[in-house]
Amino acid sequence: MDGIFYTLQDFMTHTKGVTYIIMVLALVSITAFWRFLTDRDDD
Amino acid sequence: MSEQHVVVKKLFFPTDRSLYTPFNVVCGVILLVGLLLTVMRFTGGLAAVTNLDDNYPWGLWIGFDLMAGVALAAGGYTTSAACYIFGMKRFHSAVRPAILTGFLGYALVVLSLNYDVGRPWRLPYPFAVQSGTTSLLFEVAACVALYLTVLFLEYSPAALEWLGFKKLRNAIVKVTLVLTIFGVVLSTLHQSSLGALFLIAPSKLHPLWYSTYIPVYFFVSSIIAGLSMVIFEGTLSHKYFHDRMDETYRAEHDGLVLGFAKGASFVMAGYLIIKVIGIAVDNQWHLLATPYGLWFLVELIGFVALPCYLYAVGARDKNLKLIQRTSIIAVLGIILNRLNVCLIAFNWYLPWNQKYIPHWGEIGLTIFMLTIGVLVFKFIVTKQPIFYEHPKYKEHHAEDLSPHHKGHH
Repeated sequence: MDGIFYTLQDFMTHTKGVTYIIMVLALVSITAFWRFLTDRDDD
Repeated sequence: MSEQHVVVKKLFFPTDRSLYTPFNVVCGVILLVGLLLTVMRFTGGLAAVTNLDDNYPWGLWIGFDLMAGVALAAGGYTTSAACYIFGMKRFHSAVRPAILTGFLGYALVVLSLNYDVGRPWRLPYPFAVQSGTTSLLFEVAACVALYLTVLFLEYSPAALEWLGFKKLRNAIVKVTLVLTIFGVVLSTLHQSSLGALFLIAPSKLHPLWYSTYIPVYFFVSSIIAGLSMVIFEGTLSHKYFHDRMDETYRAEHDGLVLGFAKGASFVMAGYLIIKVIGIAVDNQWHLLATPYGLWFLVELIGFVALPCYLYAVGARDKNLKLIQRTSIIAVLGIILNRLNVCLIAFNWYLPWNQKYIPHWGEIGLTIFMLTIGVLVFKFIVTKQPIFYEHPKYKEHHAEDLSPHHKGHH
């Protein structure tokens, strides 16, 4: 993962890939967080 | 009333009405020192009261007074947008205090700017003589000037009710929605542009703080700052101006704190995500293991992630005390972020003997500005209908809300 990137293409393929994975995790996490936040709203 | 509350009340509101209260004496000393520093600044130049140099042309006044000040004054647009645009009428009683805080915040930003610029009498030049329309700083200046005007107009009904100018007051209240929309547009522009000022210096700002998304970071963090400042200011006001508050304000206050904590928590979660994305896009992970990386993590985890979680727990458990304490951490976090971008992570590669440390004169004048703000706020809230509805306009306040929501069905 810490390899040298010889081309911009390689760099962006790597960074975009990591970003996509983080975004999927983020969307799942923020949905769970919203449920945590609003869980006791009716109490 | 608890014993502590009685002691605090007697300290700041003595019944013997003597002017020489501890609060007044401390403020008086600060004002005197501030005036002395003002004379030193305008007779001796910047070097007399600052440690600014060619490496750090922007110091504490820009980093704290301007950048942090503008972010923390964002409570005005967030509260009025929540109430008048998103229809959350339960926050209505918080609008006037938030607008007042915002107005005083921006006014002090402009006052501080007059100390920092070399020729303050030329402040109107970008509008009258030569506009640098390709400059972000021109856009910041234009938006701050316009937004200060908008805030003044939004605050003015309270002053006009106090002065008894009914017709003018009613005329201005009729344009509240227009002013709110204009305020949100202007705030979006200048809050983000303050961050965008650093886009031109990628080599000077540490890579962990520098990002092409820095305008987005500044705008989103201004929302967090605004919501947190409203909670913080509301907490302090309840402690010191409780007798100025009417039943509506007191009844709505708890709901306001819970609602704003929930909002701030969610926005903070989003902010955390976009900050992490920013690191991923530039592949900066390895920098987190450096000393600056550690400092970045202190800011992100200690002053964003932690208050995000604490706000969420407080909102869930309806724990007002926890939320109020968390707002202090959140406000400090915003100040830390602005100081990091402007001063600490700026020129990060310079040796320590060339780094910038504020002159005592800069610190003195910053405290002077804050004191002026507190005193003017105190004067206005004790004299004008900020925390209560003016009895002559009670029926008007109900009408003020309803015309803005006719289309919401």
